[in-house]
Amino acid sequence: MRDVAVVSYACSNVARDASHNETEMIVPVLHEAIEKSGLAHDDIGFVCSGSLDYLQGGPFAFVAGLDAVGAWPPVRESHVEMDAAWALYEAWVAIQTGEVDSALVYGFGKSSPGDLHEIMALQLDPYYLLPLWPSMVDVAALQACAYLEANDATERNLAEVSARSQRNARENPNALRKGDVTAEEILQQPVTHRPLRDADIFPITDGSAAVVLAAGDVARRVSKRPAWIRGIEHRMEAHGLGVRDLTRSESTRAAGAAAGVAPGNVDVAELHAQFSHEELILAEALGLDGATTNINPSGGALAANAVMSAGLVRIGEVARRITNGEADRGVAHATSGPALQQNLVCVMEGE
Amino acid sequence: MSQPRVVESTLEFPYSRSLGPVVGGFLAGLKEHRILGIRSADGKVLVPPLEYDPNTGDTLDELVEVGPAGTVGSWTWVDAPTPKHPLDHPFAFALITPDGADTAMVHAVDAGSIDKMSTGMRVQPRWRDEAHNMIDDLACWEPA
Repeated sequence: MRDVAVVSYACSNVARDASHNETEMIVPVLHEAIEKSGLAHDDIGFVCSGSLDYLQGGPFAFVAGLDAVGAWPPVRESHVEMDAAWALYEAWVAIQTGEVDSALVYGFGKSSPGDLHEIMALQLDPYYLLPLWPSMVDVAALQACAYLEANDATERNLAEVSARSQRNARENPNALRKGDVTAEEILQQPVTHRPLRDADIFPITDGSAAVVLAAGDVARRVSKRPAWIRGIEHRMEAHGLGVRDLTRSESTRAAGAAAGVAPGNVDVAELHAQFSHEELILAEALGLDGATTNINPSGGALAANAVMSAGLVRIGEVARRITNGEADRGVAHATSGPALQQNLVCVMEGE
Repeated sequence: MSQPRVVESTLEFPYSRSLGPVVGGFLAGLKEHRILGIRSADGKVLVPPLEYDPNTGDTLDELVEVGPAGTVGSWTWVDAPTPKHPLDHPFAFALITPDGADTAMVHAVDAGSIDKMSTGMRVQPRWRDEAHNMIDDLACWEPA
């Protein structure tokens, strides 16, 4: 295997970006990531993006991203209709082939123009479930209910996650929901989707993020402390909600084991938990303990969740902390599909 | 001041699909007020029926009748239904395990109020007046 590292990361998030189209939203983020990488734009060997046609309401959403990358000189390009964490996986594979030594990975999406919670119902089974139109939040609430009952946990456990997320997010300039709140204050708020409150549900976010990957000597040349990818794996479970155990995440556990989360200290973990209970399920699946691992220091997806880039942001946030010396070893997680159906785990280390 | 220009377009990809013996069998059952599951490779009854075993990938073909009553597992409450929802007044989405099944199906429960909902409660199907080969031929579940 070739050594591959994250050498730069940039991110934007706003609640509603009515004044920019997707291309305009992406351009500054791409420029920042490329500039920070120390590589020339033309020297980057591969470009891969993640975007979602359903957010734009039309096919070929990724073309808006290519407009931002620039059509000349020609680039080797690919695209996934998934969070850009999976685009990063494809770029990592491309670098493993030896064809290229570096890659630009980005994801983007504007959730605010439509009804995201309803749009996400389109990923459900088209015959058995979609005609009933449970929203993304209804589906998450079914999982939250199952988790709390199986673990003798309460809404307080959820509120503690969302309060910590908001407090951590105060340090994050890209976070939308942040504040000095306590679990008690959150428990005063009304339950909107039993057992979930607004604070347990990610805020609607428009945004994009970009990462530059580089192999071996290229990474060492451009970065003082590259965040080396030691393992990256993704696993998927059954589509039907009723055939899998919603109280745990077997696919996260399997991906984490294959990526090599254990053994070794995990200084920092960024988990793509779009709902409070998901963080509890994911931490358990990865064997992470909040006492020894700083979980979601950015505030996580409960602070900002730009669909199609929020998973890539988790990788970027861990890499950033390794590069700046705050952490030596970290774990990033991204999710896709209803109720944590598919999960990607990336283990990174500094030298 | 110029007015913003608004262009409205409706994008549709209409299609019809033959559902095959498993999904089609399930929906044909609903028409006759029967709920069908399918036996998996390890002998469990999956409802709604899947064409392939989620663990082994084996082709499945043994449809088994379950229910008609069932038990509510996890659930959530919908205070403000949208026009797309199966009911026009507040209801629950729930995972319901029909009697004799080993898995649960997501559907609506018309309980009247959130206070009437609980995990473990017994429910029975309410059938749609005129079947139209969709999951909501089983209109919803109601307290038994």
